[in-house]
Amino acid sequence: MGQVNQKQAANVAIWLLLLTAPVWMGWIGGYTELGSRVLVNALAAMGLNILLGYTGVLSFGQAAYFGLGAYGTAMTIKYLVPSTMVGMVVGVLIGTAAAALIGPLIVRLRGVYFAMVTIAFGQVFYFITFRWYTVTGGDDGVNNWYRQPIDLGFVKLDILHSGVLFYYFILFFFAISLLLMAFVLRSPFGRTLLAIRENERRARFLGIPVERHIWLSFVISGFFCSIAGTLYALLNNFVDPRSLYWGLSGNFVIMAVLGGMRSFWGPLVGAVIFVVLQDYVSSMTENWESFIGLFFVLVVLFFPRGVLGIIRRRVTS
Amino acid sequence: MTLLKVENASRHFGSLVAVDKVSLNVEEGELRAIIGPNGAGKTTFFNLISGLVTPTAGKIIFKGEDVTHLLPARRVWRGMARTFQITEIFPELTVRENLRIPVESAAGFRLSAWMSRAADEEVQARVAELMQMCALDDKADRLVGELSHGDQRATEIMMALALKPSLLLLDEPTAGMGDQETYDITRLIRKLHKDQKLTIVLVEHDMRVVFHLADRIMVLAEGAMLAEGTPDEIAKNELVQAAYLGKAA
Repeated sequence: MGQVNQKQAANVAIWLLLLTAPVWMGWIGGYTELGSRVLVNALAAMGLNILLGYTGVLSFGQAAYFGLGAYGTAMTIKYLVPSTMVGMVVGVLIGTAAAALIGPLIVRLRGVYFAMVTIAFGQVFYFITFRWYTVTGGDDGVNNWYRQPIDLGFVKLDILHSGVLFYYFILFFFAISLLLMAFVLRSPFGRTLLAIRENERRARFLGIPVERHIWLSFVISGFFCSIAGTLYALLNNFVDPRSLYWGLSGNFVIMAVLGGMRSFWGPLVGAVIFVVLQDYVSSMTENWESFIGLFFVLVVLFFPRGVLGIIRRRVTS
Repeated sequence: MTLLKVENASRHFGSLVAVDKVSLNVEEGELRAIIGPNGAGKTTFFNLISGLVTPTAGKIIFKGEDVTHLLPARRVWRGMARTFQITEIFPELTVRENLRIPVESAAGFRLSAWMSRAADEEVQARVAELMQMCALDDKADRLVGELSHGDQRATEIMMALALKPSLLLLDEPTAGMGDQETYDITRLIRKLHKDQKLTIVLVEHDMRVVFHLADRIMVLAEGAMLAEGTPDEIAKNELVQAAYLGKAA
């Protein structure tokens, strides 16, 4: 029972910290938009972690679904309907549909081959947005549009001009996504993913159709990555092809591994470290990536279970 | 009724003939042992039955249905369950979780994102029952990867049983076990066979186990069937003595 209580206490603490972030971030030298960026990246890294930490397959192409979500939102708001919610729905549909279509082509691959082909498909989407200038604006991206206020009937939320309000807007979708994610991962279906991660042959011989379940895991992961992508577009009021680039996929992998891919909250911890380090170090040197790289190497070498892995070991021993 | 029928199954790996036109009939409720010297093709034959490897020629018929080209998971859905010579378990999950996954799979919850409280309680009761059967209940929340070899083998057999199979395939269930563990596992298999009338096919090296358990024995040598019969018949068979028991003695 002690362990269960500890877990619950940790959950409550994390949610409280996230809910009060706009208040305390200023005290430690942060700012609200930094918090928004952490949430967006954390959601994408947690989405990726459904594949990496829970199913045991490494995708290096989740930025594609993130970026498609972002483009779907941006282009809908700019060209079709000036509505934040419609833009989000379209973005998520496009990102998830792409993952559903690409999935069957890769579910038979494993290990390095799986990773390489996910990169390859990710880069296909990247080059399409990069080259198809007349539609996507190519390298210039999609600009000159803004996230729109949300009209709830009784109150209008001006998420464009209030950074704090927009933080809570993101936190709302982050929370719903995490509830869904926890629900799926703790279900019988979620356990079949663990089974595949632990021992694919055993899973097969327990009657689990492994390929179909990896496909589902890929679609679910793409769904959450595209939600993160739509929020990313709204956050910047801008998207460009870098949001689909495989380097960004790599960042999500780094966040998940850094924080601890075997724990639910690991990728959030990784995203905090990554985004804050990026923000802080990049204000001092252009070579911020080498600092993150060095930090990453040290963590992987000495704490292969990530930051949360260390904490967990301390707690249980 | 014939539960499993293998008709002239062969498997070639390049120029190597691992299994050569082997046929087998297993009746419902029977315990059949497959023995043979190292490299006789026992494990390959097992893999043909369970679907890990597809035969180059021949047929596998299970419950009257041709399953020769069915994927392993689909054979499991039809009532086949197997263990492996080298234990295949979920090392970083607890004993309870290891058993919960097959129980849920067999109950058709593979794709469920939700299950009712009643269903959940039923699953937990079944898991508890399985753990009790082989005295794993006091290790329920330990990671399987940390348990002794014997307990890991027992867990794997329980995982196969959790599927409620009509045919249980055991590939060297006592491999690498000490005397006490071998005794325990043998007693468990005997109990499953006698009390639950479970149909079992097993590959085994330990002759004490084979002659103690089996209703009928099939002897493989160099990929082909050498002899078949009751334990008494096999013990008296001169061909078998020459090819197999003779060498061992």
